[in-house]
Amino acid sequence: MELLLAVVAGVLYAAGLYLMLRRRLAQLIIGLSLLSNGSNILILSAAGVTRAKPPLITEGHPLEQFADPVPQSLILTAIVIGFGVLAFSLVLAHRVHQSTGSDDIDTIGRDRA
Amino acid sequence: MLLALPILLPLLTAIVLHLLPQRSRLLRLVAFAGSLFVLGTAAFIFVRVQQTGILVLQVGSWPAPFGITLVADLFSALMIVMVSVIGVAVTASSFAGVDPRREALGYHSLIQVVLMGVAGAFLTGDIFNLYVWFEVLLIGSFVLMSLHRTRAQLRAAFTYVGLNLLASAFLLTAIGLLYGQAGTLNLADLARAWPERRTPGLDAALSMLFLTAFGIKAGLFPLFFWLPASYHTPPAAVGALLAGLLTKVGVYAMIRVFTLLFPDPDASVYRVLLVLSAITMVVGLIGALAQRDFRRVLSFNLVGHIGFTTVGLALWSPAALGGSILYVLHHMLVISTLFLVSGLFLRQRRTTDLNALGGLYRSQPAVACLALIPLFSLAGVPPLSGFVAKVGVITPMLVGGQYLLAAVTLCVSLLTVLSMARLWDEAFWKPAPVASSASALHSRLALPILAPIVFLVGLTLALTVFAGPVSTLTMRAAGQLLDRNTYIRAILGEEVPRAAR
Repeated sequence: MELLLAVVAGVLYAAGLYLMLRRRLAQLIIGLSLLSNGSNILILSAAGVTRAKPPLITEGHPLEQFADPVPQSLILTAIVIGFGVLAFSLVLAHRVHQSTGSDDIDTIGRDRA
Repeated sequence: MLLALPILLPLLTAIVLHLLPQRSRLLRLVAFAGSLFVLGTAAFIFVRVQQTGILVLQVGSWPAPFGITLVADLFSALMIVMVSVIGVAVTASSFAGVDPRREALGYHSLIQVVLMGVAGAFLTGDIFNLYVWFEVLLIGSFVLMSLHRTRAQLRAAFTYVGLNLLASAFLLTAIGLLYGQAGTLNLADLARAWPERRTPGLDAALSMLFLTAFGIKAGLFPLFFWLPASYHTPPAAVGALLAGLLTKVGVYAMIRVFTLLFPDPDASVYRVLLVLSAITMVVGLIGALAQRDFRRVLSFNLVGHIGFTTVGLALWSPAALGGSILYVLHHMLVISTLFLVSGLFLRQRRTTDLNALGGLYRSQPAVACLALIPLFSLAGVPPLSGFVAKVGVITPMLVGGQYLLAAVTLCVSLLTVLSMARLWDEAFWKPAPVASSASALHSRLALPILAPIVFLVGLTLALTVFAGPVSTLTMRAAGQLLDRNTYIRAILGEEVPRAAR
């Protein structure tokens, strides 16, 4: 399972970085979101994927039986942040497209740059 | 509670600013008052840290390795004071007038959000919380950057957003791998657990990931290209805020994380950092000489001088680190002042293109002389604060036998003098170009636009006069940074359970 997750994370990173190197803004945004998903899966697999009980600790059970809740809360936080950032960059790209009629990073702002 | 105030007060101000009737005079007053309060609490925190040592706040009373900890040591306290000083100057500069469209879109509260994010990043003692504060200040600055809609500004905003999000992804990756191995996120607990649990391969990979993430934010070579591509487009006050604070947050995070987690001075990452710092200085200043726009020259100078602030970490001695901290303080003040000065040109000539500037000395000699102080302080002309800070950076190199590095640094300083002298000559000294109309030339600059500049220039002069005590202070801050055990004990106490894993 961990091997599979590691491969998935690696593929997401590679695809995300490849898309970020493209010139179109839409591809850049998709690349960014793939990258943040990749890092979420990486956190999950780096912290260890185990078969364990949910971390609602009751008396009498040894602590080893429970899963570590921290990586999941980290991922949850990262997903929320990533979602906000994604929404912002989509709006920004939309506004760029509205005002320039293009989503090619090279033609935007050529008049002044 | 005290430690949470520099974070809570800007948040409160931002909320109040949204609720108030949107009359610009009222908004400006509230924002300014909020920043003054933050400055007051920051000064109080600084005094307390000096008297009693490291201050710690366990948020929600969760004991240290489990909850989020806020920590203020001398370095954090100094940075917090600087942030609030720049916050006061930037909010005060809004009295001189803000673009009404920006003001309607929440300009004032966004500035407070950025200030909150920066303060949080300086105070947190938890590495994941550091990531969260980075995102808070980035979102604030993204919106500030892209409130306007000219094509050049949108393009600049996209470059800025894309590269900073990439840095965040790297930071998150590094944090995830670190947690997987060490099982804790508290910086003090990590500082204790990581050197025991690390493996050489993972240690090298993590240090490089952190270097890349913080290097993008700080603007190190070869990761700085977003900075000069974006910092010359927003209004002067926003430029001053971002230039003064954002790169320094990267430098701060780099110093904090590396001194705690990678305490081996012979690690290869420090050799890489040393070379990168030197190249950053050279490339930044050569880039500055090629530019023909006041704010682009400043942006490249900002990049070049980041090298001065990271070189102390690479050399890993108390003296070098202290010199770099002094340089950070000096540079925050001066670069913000200069971006505010660029606002004078925007007000008078509607441009910061050097070809269209000039003649300001003839029309307003007092203003020109005022601008002379930060320009030459950045260049490091004695006796101004830049000179003191440069001595602080270069002396440890000479003492440590790094003669080549010292030579590079001195040559770069010379290039800075050249760049600054040219800037003053082109912007103030040379006769005004014929094209500019006589009416624009003689419009007086009002007090509100000059007051924040006078305030910051006064502080630069104070940094010059009190150079002795301040450099003693930064040396003590550096000593505290390198003494990891005191930091760990202050947060975790003598006997604490290891983080459960």
